[in-house]
Amino acid sequence: MFVLIVGCGRVGSSVARATLREGHTVSCLDEDPESHARLEVGLEKSWEDLGGQFTVGAGLETEALEAAGIGHADVFIASTDGDNTNIVIAQIAQRQYEVPCVIARVLDPLRAEWYQRQGLNTVCPTRVAIDMLEAGVREAAGRGGAAAAAPETR
Amino acid sequence: MYIIVVGAGKVGWNLARELLDKGHEVTLIESDRRRYLTVEQELEHNVSYGDASELWVLERAGIQRADMVIAVTGDDEDNMLICQVAKEKYLVDQIIARVNNPRNRRHFDLLGIRPSVSATDLILRLLEHEVPEYGLVHLLDLQEEQLEIIEMLLGKDSNVTGRRVGDLKMPDGSLLISVLRAGKGFVPSADTVLEEGDEILAVLDPGKEDELKALFGPQGNGSNGA
Repeated sequence: MFVLIVGCGRVGSSVARATLREGHTVSCLDEDPESHARLEVGLEKSWEDLGGQFTVGAGLETEALEAAGIGHADVFIASTDGDNTNIVIAQIAQRQYEVPCVIARVLDPLRAEWYQRQGLNTVCPTRVAIDMLEAGVREAAGRGGAAAAAPETR
Repeated sequence: MYIIVVGAGKVGWNLARELLDKGHEVTLIESDRRRYLTVEQELEHNVSYGDASELWVLERAGIQRADMVIAVTGDDEDNMLICQVAKEKYLVDQIIARVNNPRNRRHFDLLGIRPSVSATDLILRLLEHEVPEYGLVHLLDLQEEQLEIIEMLLGKDSNVTGRRVGDLKMPDGSLLISVLRAGKGFVPSADTVLEEGDEILAVLDPGKEDELKALFGPQGNGSNGA
């Protein structure tokens, strides 16, 4: 598979390395040339020697997307640090380049949910954190805090 | 009308002020605290503080009952998505988006965000209008309706000077609607004879520009005068 990852921060670079290790072709696009160094953290060889691609450019620039290979991407991951950028470029990948699998990272839970219902595959780290924290509180209440919480709850 | 304007920069602030003067109900949304406080001194309760990318901020501003949403922030992605959500989630009748970088206009089109307004494009149009060497000037593009109105100056080497309008073979899908001569416009008849220095206005289907240039342009020269 050819996987294009736009936004090569902590999330994007980790996904890129893991995907490459699994034997797929990986291309990364990031505005910041420095993020190339983040890609190579923990690697024994350079990103390029391992077969990876790296392009410097903004996700909203059609030329940059095309240079990074969006035309033949099987998977497109939008993981920049901006929700709005991710939602826009994911829709460009979907509608203009008809990439079969498009996933956008969206931190805002309300919009992640709405766009998901519109047919855009979104991943919401905030939602995951909320669910885990709520579960943690519930579990604590079930144990030691039961006595204090009991009168109201049941 | 109830109008929500997003982005209280120079464009948004002045727009909100004008719309209020015209008697509309307006909420201006600004995400920068300091800018908000500045604008709020003048516009008071008509300004709301928050990031309009977030749905609850739009809902707090009453987007459900808004007749129009105008997104004029300095960020094209924000403008695109605010308008997309306004149109598709809250079913707002009319949206207008500002394009900061004209190269992003195609993305606005792709997401169905129309109309979109780009100051850079407008200035380029004006430039074309002021510099007649450009030949054919787009005055109006109606993308949805698939029509455009263009203007052309007839130079001294034009094919059609001295000819009757009735003798012109206008390309299919085009219509000569007006002639501007010595600062006055009139609707030409079949007997109108075109003169050097006339500016003609025509309505046409998109893609007919080259045929029209060939007809009205310099002799023996088709589309471009290189």
